[in-house]
Parts: sequence; C-alpha cells; structure tokens
Amino acid sequence: MSKQTKQPPLNAGRRTLIKAALAAGALSALGGLKPLWAAAKKKVTMGFIYVGSRDDYGYNQAHYEGKSALAKLDWVKAVDQENVPETIDVQKVMESMINLDGAQVIFPTSFGYFDPHILKIAPKYPKVMFLHCGGLWDASKHPKNVGSYFGYIDEPVYVAGVVAGHMSKTGKLGFIAAMAIPQVLRNINSFTLGARSVNPKITTTVVFTGGWALPVKEAEAANTLIDQGVDVLTCHVDSPKVVVETAEKRGIYSCGYHTDNSMLAPKGFLTGSQWNWGKVYQDYAEMISAGTKIPNLVRGGFKEGIVKSSPYGKAVGDKARKQADEVRGKFMNGSMVVYKGPLKDNTGRSVIAAGKEHPQTDIWLESMDWLVEGVVGSTKG
Amino acid sequence: MIRTLEPLLIPVAALAFSLLLFAVFVAAAGADAIGVFESMYRGAFGTWFSWQNTLGGAAPLMLTALCTALPARIGLIVIGAEGAVVVGGVSAALTGLALQGASPSLAIPAMALAAMTAGGVWIGLAGALRHYRGVNETISSLLLNYIAIAVMSFLVFGMLRDPATLNKPSTYPIGEAFMLSPLGDTSIHGGFMLGIGACILLWLLMRHTPFGFAVDIAGGNMRAARLVGLPVGRLVVITCLLAGAAAGLAGMVEVAAVHGRANTSLNAGYGYQGILVAFLARHNPLAIIPVAILFGGISASNGLLQRDHELPDATGLVLQGIIFIVILVSEAWYGRLNELLGTKRPTA
Amino acid sequence: MSDEWSAIAGVLIAVLGGAIRVGTPFLFVSLGECLTERSGRINLGLEGTLVMGAMTGYGVSYLSGSAWLGVLAAGGAGVMLGWLHALLCQQRRVNDIAVGIALMIFGTGLAFFLGKPLIQPSAPRLPALSLGAWSDNPAVRAALEINALFLIGALLAVALWWFFRYTRWGLYVRTVGESADAARALGLDVDRVRMLSTMAGGFLAGVGGSFLSLYYPGSWSEGLSSGQGLMAVALVIFARWNPIHCFFASLLFGGAAALGPALQSVGVTWGYYLFNAAPYVLTLLIMIATSSSTRVLAGMPGQLSSGK
Repeated sequence: MSKQTKQPPLNAGRRTLIKAALAAGALSALGGLKPLWAAAKKKVTMGFIYVGSRDDYGYNQAHYEGKSALAKLDWVKAVDQENVPETIDVQKVMESMINLDGAQVIFPTSFGYFDPHILKIAPKYPKVMFLHCGGLWDASKHPKNVGSYFGYIDEPVYVAGVVAGHMSKTGKLGFIAAMAIPQVLRNINSFTLGARSVNPKITTTVVFTGGWALPVKEAEAANTLIDQGVDVLTCHVDSPKVVVETAEKRGIYSCGYHTDNSMLAPKGFLTGSQWNWGKVYQDYAEMISAGTKIPNLVRGGFKEGIVKSSPYGKAVGDKARKQADEVRGKFMNGSMVVYKGPLKDNTGRSVIAAGKEHPQTDIWLESMDWLVEGVVGSTKG
Repeated sequence: MIRTLEPLLIPVAALAFSLLLFAVFVAAAGADAIGVFESMYRGAFGTWFSWQNTLGGAAPLMLTALCTALPARIGLIVIGAEGAVVVGGVSAALTGLALQGASPSLAIPAMALAAMTAGGVWIGLAGALRHYRGVNETISSLLLNYIAIAVMSFLVFGMLRDPATLNKPSTYPIGEAFMLSPLGDTSIHGGFMLGIGACILLWLLMRHTPFGFAVDIAGGNMRAARLVGLPVGRLVVITCLLAGAAAGLAGMVEVAAVHGRANTSLNAGYGYQGILVAFLARHNPLAIIPVAILFGGISASNGLLQRDHELPDATGLVLQGIIFIVILVSEAWYGRLNELLGTKRPTA
Repeated sequence: MSDEWSAIAGVLIAVLGGAIRVGTPFLFVSLGECLTERSGRINLGLEGTLVMGAMTGYGVSYLSGSAWLGVLAAGGAGVMLGWLHALLCQQRRVNDIAVGIALMIFGTGLAFFLGKPLIQPSAPRLPALSLGAWSDNPAVRAALEINALFLIGALLAVALWWFFRYTRWGLYVRTVGESADAARALGLDVDRVRMLSTMAGGFLAGVGGSFLSLYYPGSWSEGLSSGQGLMAVALVIFARWNPIHCFFASLLFGGAAALGPALQSVGVTWGYYLFNAAPYVLTLLIMIATSSSTRVLAGMPGQLSSGK
C-alpha cells in the first residue's frame, strides 16, 4: 500500500514546517552514523494513538512531533490516529492498526488507555509490543508484551519553579490544572518546591478546571488568579496556549508546558517544560529493528534526554538563569533530589520523614495524592 | 405499490445521495474519493474483523437511539441519552460493588435493573416536567446531561474513587465475575444482544399492544387523545421511563462489558450519536438495528480514513451531518414518490 | 477579618469581570435565537453556528490581518447556516428541532475539519477598551477591560427590544411567530419572514463565535465551545423571549461560569465539579419554577413547537 502517493493534507504547510524543524534535531541527535545503517535496517511499523487533536499545542502535539521525527528513518512506517476516546474505540483502533496496518508496536499515549483497554488487547497479540505513556507496568500483574515509558517532566517544572521564584515580586504563583491526579500533583509540588527553594515564603494557588481542554474555564482561572495578585502563571492542561497568552495579555510572567510556548508570550515568557518524545520513539524503533528485548519500564529526565527546558525568555535575569542552570546541572549528574524529608503537605501532615529521600526514579512518587506545604488548593474535588 | 416500498426506497436513496455529497466534499478537500470509500468499506465491513468492530460499535447506539425514538413517537424530542448513560453506568457500578461476593446470575441482572431504573427516572423526570409543568423536554434533557456528567465527576473524583486508579480516577472495579462475556469466540461484547433484544421488545410493545397504539394516537394528536380519554400524562411518563431505561442499560453495558468500573469514559458521545440513529430510523425501534450497525461501521472505519488518507477525525462528523440533513429533507418525499414518478396521487 | 472581606470582594470582582467576558458569546447567541424564536422557529443548530463562526472568524482574521473582517466573516458563515436551517424547515413534515440537531453536527464537523490548520497560527485579535482606567485597583481595571463587541451586544439588545415593539418589521416577525395563519391572512410571506429572521439570528450567533476565538479566550481550538450555543437556547426560554432579559441572563450565566475558578483562587476548594454545573442547575430550576402546564408561557411565541 503506497500511502505516500496520496494528496497532501489540508495542513501540509504547517506539518512540513514541523517536520523540517524536527529533522534538524533528529539529525543532530543521531549523528553521522545513520545514513550508513539505514539500508540494512529491518522494516518497522509503529502505531500511535492520541486522545486529542494532533495539533493541540500541547500533550498530543508533543507525541505527534515525536512520531513525525520518525519520518527521517526510511525503514520506519508510522501510522497515527487522533481524538480516540478512552472507550472500546481505542481497543478497536489498536486491533485495527495491528490487523490492517501490520503494526508491530503500538503507542497508546493517553493515561486512560492502559486499564482496561491495553490490558485486554495485549494478551491477544503476544507478538505485538504495547508501550503505554505514563502507565505503571507491574511484572507481577501485567502481560510481558506491555511496557510503559514516561519522562520526569517535573524536573524542568522544578527548574521553572526556581526561575519563577526569582522573578515573582508578589510571592504568589498560579497553577492551572486539569484534575487532581498524581502526574499533575507532582508537577504542582515540584513547581512550588522549586520556587520555595529560592524564597520559602512563596505560595502557589491552584485552580482545577475539571477537564483537559476547557479554554474558557482556563482563561477565567488565569484572570481570577491574576486578580488575586499572582504574577507568574503556569499550567498542566492539554494545551497551554490560552493560559500563556492570557498571562501575556495581562502583563505577567508565564512558564510553558508540553511544547515550546515562547512565541506565545514574547514579553513575559520565562521558561517551560517540554517533552522530547522524538528521541524515545527513535530509540524504540532501533531496538525493534535490531530485535533487542524491549525494556518494560522506561523512565528518564534531563539526563536521559526525555525532557528539556524551553530556552529562557528575555525577561529572565542573570541570577535566576545562574541558579536554574545549576539545578539543571544537578539533575544531569543525578545529585538532585526534589522529594526529601522533612516534608509536610499543605494540611500540616508530614509526608516524608526527616532524613528520608525519594529520588526521581522512586515509583512511590507516581502515586502522589497530596499537595506540598505552600500550595493553596485541595486534592478533593 | 410504490407507496408500500417507500419506507425502504427513500432511506436508501437518501443514503446514496448523502454518500455522493460526501464524495464531493472529500474530493474538494483533496482526497481520493474512491479510495476513501474503499477504506470505509474495508474498515467497516471488509473482513470479519471489521464486522466485529462494527457490530460492537453498534451495541450502545441501539440502546441510546431508543432513548430518542420512543419519546418521539409521543411527540417529544428528548436529547438526554448521554446523561442517562452516565447515571445508568454509575448505578450499575455501585450495585456491582454492593453485591461483591454474590452470584453473577443475581448480580448482573441487578446491575442491569439498577441502571435501567436510574436512566428511566432521569428521562422520566424530563417527561414528567414536560407534562405536568410544561417544561420543554429538549432543553431539560440537555441540561440533565450536563448535570449528570458533573455529578459523576464529583463522585468519581471524590467519595467513590478507588485510590489505586492513579491517573484515570474511577470507582473500584466490579470484578471479572460480573463482566458480560463476549459472544462466542468473537470480540463482540454482550451488549450487542441486549441492544437487539431491547429493539425487538420495544418494537413489539409499540406495534402490537394497546399501549403502543395509545402512544401513537397521543403522538399524532395530543388533544384528540385526551378527548377519547387516554391517560396522556401517564403515557408520556411511561414512554420516557422506557426510553431512559434503554439508555441506562447502555451505561451498564459500558461498565460491565468494557470498562469494569465507572469513570468519565461513560461520557463518550454515544447519547448524541443515538439521536442521529433514531431520526435516521424514523423512530422505528426495529429499523434502529440496521441503522445502528451502519453508524457502527462509520465510526469503525473513521480510523482508516485518518491513517490511509490523512483526513482529520472530523471527517466522520461531517459525514454524519450530511446524512442527517439529507434524511430530514427526504422526509418530504414520503407520499410524493408517485408524483415524482409521474403517477397520479389520489387527492388527500 | 479584612482578609475575608478582601477575598469576598475578589470573588465578586472576578465574577463581575467573568460575567462580561464569558457572558458576551451567550449574549450574541441568545439575541440571535430570540429573533429566530420570535418568528416561530427554534434553531438548536446555533451551537454549530457558534463553532463555525469561531473557526471562520479566526481563519479570516489570520488570512486578512483584520480581526474585524473576521467578525464579519463569522457572521457571514452564520447567515449561511441560518439560511440552510430555514430552507430545510420549509420542507413538509420537517421538524425544526431535528434540523437544528443536524446542523449542530454538520457545523461542528465542518468547523473541526476546516479548522485543523488554524490551531497553531496566531491571528490578530480584537482590541479591548479600558473602561476601568479611573480605578487604581488592578482587579477592577482588568474586570473592566471590555471588548467593543460587548457594548455592541448591549446596544443590540435594546435595539432588538425596540425593533419588536415599535417597528413594522418587528410586528411582522411577531405576527408570524404568534400565528402563521393570521400572518398569511394579512398577506405576509411567512416562510420569507422566518428565513430572514433565522439568517439574522445565524449572523449574531456567528459573531458570538468570533468573540470566543478572537477575544476571549482568544484562540481557535476544538474544545473552544463547551456547549455555549446550546445553553443560549435554554437562556432564551429563561429570558422569556425578551431581548433585554437576554442581556441580564447572559451576564448571570457568564458570572455563574466564573464562580468556580474564582472561589478556588481564594482558597475555597470544595466541590468545583458541582460549581461547574451551577448554570445548568440554575436554568433547570428557573424553568421549572416559571413554567406551567395550564397556561402558555408568558411571552412565548404561539407557533413555537418547543412550548406546545
């Protein structure tokens, strides 16, 4: 089937741009080796499933950009499908990619795809690998052909918190979050801890919107937080566009999320936290092609190149840059521990005892259900 | 002669015309129209695998379509199936959790009954408000959707949350024992037979019982129905109860055949698609079965359109919109086929 | 003590600002729906019109560089969908609510389909008028950063009220809406009046959509409308088909939507899912309280299928 001969899609212009931008990155990442290897590679077909729109300027786009980076590898065929709900639909899509497109590996990228959907389909196709973004693979419970990968995105979020701590004059930060789930709570906590490492009096006010894509509510949350004196905003929703643009319009600082948001706020953008899925997906493609065993659990942060910080905005002062660079250096050499005792949550309960440390790789952190001291907000809906 | 064939000829002609319009649309968007149809056929009906996807996709649609079709027979336009699915699903999950340890042959019917009751009360409320307070049922059932979703989120993120469901908050699982098993060795879940059963049962009720006859009279002319002494209020409320029960059952199927627990995935748009299916089937419960299968096919093939032709996912939505519009226009053709074909029509 | 007062004041200001910001699309769609319903038809498809208007407005603003041209184009898209609605409703045995649902699906699908390439780019947005310059409180100033469309909408509400009450054309619309037979007896072309009313209503709904994409929240995405177009239909019933009431009802709905985030921002964190449902519960309760099965709703056009 020659899918390449089809007419260009409506949004060819933009996609070509993204591809060109990614191609530059992919080439530098792979270095000079790639052209020599390419000819001998075994063909690999990979299927990607997104819960939202490919171009949402956020979570799904980050994955889509990762998938698009594979276009550089001519021995990889990557198919994808967007806006797949977390219902039986995703089961059908996975099976359809396997049966009709011949996919050898499936990347269902939304949290809700894992249980029950992947767990139900995977045993039926033992030769296909199901790699889920964010899920917790457990050797004792889950099939062998299932795996999960995720990035410690809270590392750049912590760094953004450090920058925010330096830049905030009011000492009030704002965080607009979709819902109170561990991945979101960890980002809120890391952002706050980063800021409080600069100024222990800083607080972060959280507004939960209740959904991943509610632009009007996000704008309303941004405005009301700014009215309350917040002067640095960040968020964890599907698309940060509305939050970052609203912050810019109101003349305060903002930190981006998921993708590079700097062009959305030329004046007030500080830094942001970005995924680098292109690298992850290329690594997987290499492993499958070479026939090496795929690890069931892949995690990584700055050091592994799975996450990165957006370039500093021009508003960021030297002191902030210096400290943020230092912290990032510590993440890179593995000496940085964000979650260490004594640590209290915002109800005064001790969550980590004095002397205890939970390094980034600690799975315990992935079931976080508390907000750290200094956060105004509650995990109870 | 032609008149008796109308119920078959007109929908088929309308469907063919919609597909033609859709072909023009995708061609204008730069895709290969023939190839698009090939992919749609392959994804929906081309193989046994596609058929299973299609039939599985049709299951919830049959039940949610009944939620619009039944009230329409008595002259009400209800668009609240989405909310009824949600309350049905949550009630089923709660019942399943409360009956942990009981025998599945008791628990599964109990879950279905709970879901049907909850859904029935939900839509019955819209019907009762309409009849006894004059509240517009279209708007009230729409508002009830939003309310159901908000209440479910509140419960699932709060007091009903299984703390082990980390990033996708859900209730505790009802357990493997209480799950509906798929049909034979296919991947089609048990909801399919429930859907077919409900459509046939309600068709019998509407076509072959005094109740159904009374509903049709009231739907034709509410005042005449009152004059001949029909209990119109009761008819309205009971029809809405049955409608809501069907949609509630769809919620139970989602929980017991797919998710194993209640969570926000219950709110997946089946209720809204059911409205379309109901109108396309002209509110005839039996006709809902093939129409739901057709729509199951459209959604099953939507993925291939994205992957083979790089069309956006909204393509399926555009196709549904076109079909709906053409079907509505085709309503005006009934009784006029003779005219259109040149034969004289008896003066009405 | 003073902390609590400032928190309450903060919530109130946020709700006021939110009422204006979130309420403006409601205002336009409800005025459009009000006009259509006064002519005797209900157009449930304004949700699709709103989304289509948002996409068109953003696209035209992006391509032409003029946000106001985008607003006009959004209105134009609304006119087209309104025309389609009226045309379909003129067919025999075609129910206006069903047509509305069909156009809601079609309009939304078309907008998503054509809008894919518009999610990324930044289009010129509508400017704001700073009516709060007199205050030195930044929150008050922000609440009174008002878009011209809101003021236009407010004037339009008054104008529409005056139109219904004092103009010959207003009388035509009302007559057609009250009784098609009476209107025909007077020599009015019922279909034509309804078509013009639905097209004008579509124009307003399209403009309401452009407010979403070009001012607040101010970008195009598929999640932009969370049912504002549908809510506006409920809002018209709530406002008893009176344009002036539509204005206040829109502010109320906007304020209700702003309440949840505002409470969280001052530390009231309980039950935000339930607060999100507040506008819906409120509408339902008011509909129940003010409806009656024995008499026709005060102000309801006699030909409206929604009330029979």
